Amino acid sequence: MEHPNLKYVRGRKLPHMFCPSCACGQIMDALLFAVDELKLDINKMVAIGGVGCSSRIPAYLDMHAVHGIHGRTLAYATGIKLSKPELKVVVLTGDGDCASIGGNHLIHAARRNLDVTVIMDNNGVYAMTGGQVAPTTLSGLYTTTTPRGNMEKPFDICKLVETVGGTYVARWTTAQPAALIRAIKQALLHRGFSFIEVVSQCPTIYGRYSLGIADPVKNIEYLQQNSVTRAQAERMSPAELTGKIVVGKFVEKQLPTLEDCYQEMEKKVAGV
Amino acid sequence: MLGNHAIVEGAIAAGCRFFAGYPITPANEVSERMAQRMPEVGGRFIQMEDELASIYSICGASLTGTKAMTATASSGYNYMQEGIEYAVAAEIPIVIVDAMRQRGEIYPTQSDVMQARYGAAGDHEMIVLTPSSVQELFDLTFEAFNLAERFRNPVIVLCDMTINLMHERVRIPSPEELKVVNRKKPTLPPGQFMPFRPEEDLVPRMSELGDEYRVLYTLNPHDESGRISYTPEMYENFYNRITQKIADKTDEIAMYETEFTEDAELVVVAYGTEARGCVEAVRMARKSGLKVGMLKLKNIWPVPVKALKDSTSSAKTVLVPEMNTGRYFHVVREFVGCGAEVICVPKNTGRIHSPDEILSAIRRFS
Repeated sequence: MEHPNLKYVRGRKLPHMFCPSCACGQIMDALLFAVDELKLDINKMVAIGGVGCSSRIPAYLDMHAVHGIHGRTLAYATGIKLSKPELKVVVLTGDGDCASIGGNHLIHAARRNLDVTVIMDNNGVYAMTGGQVAPTTLSGLYTTTTPRGNMEKPFDICKLVETVGGTYVARWTTAQPAALIRAIKQALLHRGFSFIEVVSQCPTIYGRYSLGIADPVKNIEYLQQNSVTRAQAERMSPAELTGKIVVGKFVEKQLPTLEDCYQEMEKKVAGV
Repeated sequence: MLGNHAIVEGAIAAGCRFFAGYPITPANEVSERMAQRMPEVGGRFIQMEDELASIYSICGASLTGTKAMTATASSGYNYMQEGIEYAVAAEIPIVIVDAMRQRGEIYPTQSDVMQARYGAAGDHEMIVLTPSSVQELFDLTFEAFNLAERFRNPVIVLCDMTINLMHERVRIPSPEELKVVNRKKPTLPPGQFMPFRPEEDLVPRMSELGDEYRVLYTLNPHDESGRISYTPEMYENFYNRITQKIADKTDEIAMYETEFTEDAELVVVAYGTEARGCVEAVRMARKSGLKVGMLKLKNIWPVPVKALKDSTSSAKTVLVPEMNTGRYFHVVREFVGCGAEVICVPKNTGRIHSPDEILSAIRRFS
C-alpha cells in the first residue's frame, strides 16, 4: 500500500533531497494532509518556494510549482494572484528566505492582505549553505558565522506579520503535527494573508552544532518541551520566556483582500 | 505624445495586461499611465515595494498566461538582473523597459548597452531593442512583446532617456495593421506534454498556471519534463538551446535602416537617439559630395551581424558615435572585421552628438 499523500508527489517519485529526520518532509506531509482533507483541486493550486531547504518542497509537489529565487516568493505570488485570482497560492519558505532576504516582500504582501498562505519553516539557521547564523538564531548560539556566539536577538516573525496586517497568524512546531495540519487547513480556507511559522528541527546542522543535540528524537523533544501556549506565556516573565516557543493562533480576522480592493475599483471604472 | 506614454500604448496594443513598477525618474510616466490605462483595458497595475518585486511579479503574471511588463531606469535596472536571470532560465516571456540615465543623475546616456546583454548571471542570449524616436518607442515596445512571446525570453527596450521625456507625433496603427504574436500553447494532453521539450525552432510550448499541466518552473538545471536534475550533457544541451533559440534567428530579429551604404567609403553606425543626429550629418556630407553612408540599428542584441557586414562592405572607415565611453564600438569592430578601420566617437556629457559634431568627425576621417 502506498502512502496516501504520494499521489500529490510529482511523478510519484521519492526520495527527496532532505536529510534524514529533516522537518521539510513533515511540513510537506502536513500540507498534503490538509490539501487531501479539504479536497482541494490541485490544478488550481500553485506552490512557490524560494531558495533553501524548505523552499525545495514545491519541486516535489504535483501542483503548479514555481521554484523561485531567494526571498522573492511573495513577489511571484503577487503577480500570479492579480492575474489569476482563482488560484490558491501556497508559499513554502524558510526563515532566511522569508524573513531575511525576503523580509521586505513579506511586509508588503501582509500589508496588502494578499490572499495567499505562507508556511515558514523556521529551523533557526541557514542549513542548506552549511549552518550560518539566521535572523531567528537564538542569542549566544554558535554557528559557522558566529564562532564566538550570536550577538543578535532572534526575530519574532509572527509579531511582525501581525503588526503589518496579516489576517491569519499562527505558530506551531513539528512536535505538534495535528495542530499544524489543522492550522494549515484553516490558513488554506482563510481569505487574506495567512502566515504559519513552523518551528522545526534541523538535527544535521542546527541541532548538532548550535543546540548541541544530535539525536533527531531529542531535537523534537526539545521543541515539545520548550513550547508554551499563549495562555501559559501570558503568565510568564520575559526572563522565563527566553528560549521558549509560544505556540497557537495569534490572529484570525476578515478584512478586504487586495483582490477585493481591485474588484471594487474596477467596478467603478466599468461604471457598474 | 510623450515617449513614456507611447511605450504604454505600444504595450497595450501588443496585449500587455499586467504592469508592475517602482518609482524612478525618468520612467515614472510609464507607471502613471499604466495605472490609469490598465483597468480600462481589463488589465492590472501595481506599484510594488521595489524593483525586485516588480520583475518577479511580472514573471508570476506571465506564468498565468498574461502578457506583462515593467519599466525602470539604469539604477533600478541593476536590481532587475536577478529576475532577468530567472526569466531566461525558466523561459518566461516578459518585457523590461530601461530608460538609461547617468549614475545618480538624470541626463541621458547609452552606458547600459553591455549590461542589457550580459547583466544577468548564467549563459544566455538577449534581445535588446533600441528606439530612437517616440514613434519607435510605440513600434518597438509592441515588437518586444511579439519577440518575447515567440522566443519565451525577456526582451529589453533600451532607451536613452531623451525620448522617454520627449513629445513627438505618433501614428498608432489600427488593430488590423498590427500582427500580435502569442506564445505557442500545448497540443498534447497532460501526461504526454513535455513542458521543456523544444520544437524545431528550439522553443518549447508553454502551458499556464491553473491549467491541467501542473508544470514546475525552476532556474536550476532541469530536464524536458521540468524536473530539477543534472547530467553534464543535459546541462550543456539546456544552455546551448536557450542561447541558440535566439542566436539562430539573429537575421530574422535584426531591425535596422540604411542610407547610402551601397557605395559608401565611410559608414556611420549608431543606435538609439544618437542615430538622429548621425542621419542628418550623413545627409549633409552626401550633399557636399562625400561618399558617406548610415546604418541605424534598432536592435543591438543579438548583434545584427549581416547588416553590419553588408552595409560596411565597401567602407574603408566605420564611425561609431555613442553616448558613453565607447562600448558597442567594440562589438562593431569585432564583426566588421579587418576590411575597414572602426573608429570610436564617444561623447559622455549627458548630451547627444549634434549633427555638426558628427559631420566634423566624418570630415576628419574621410
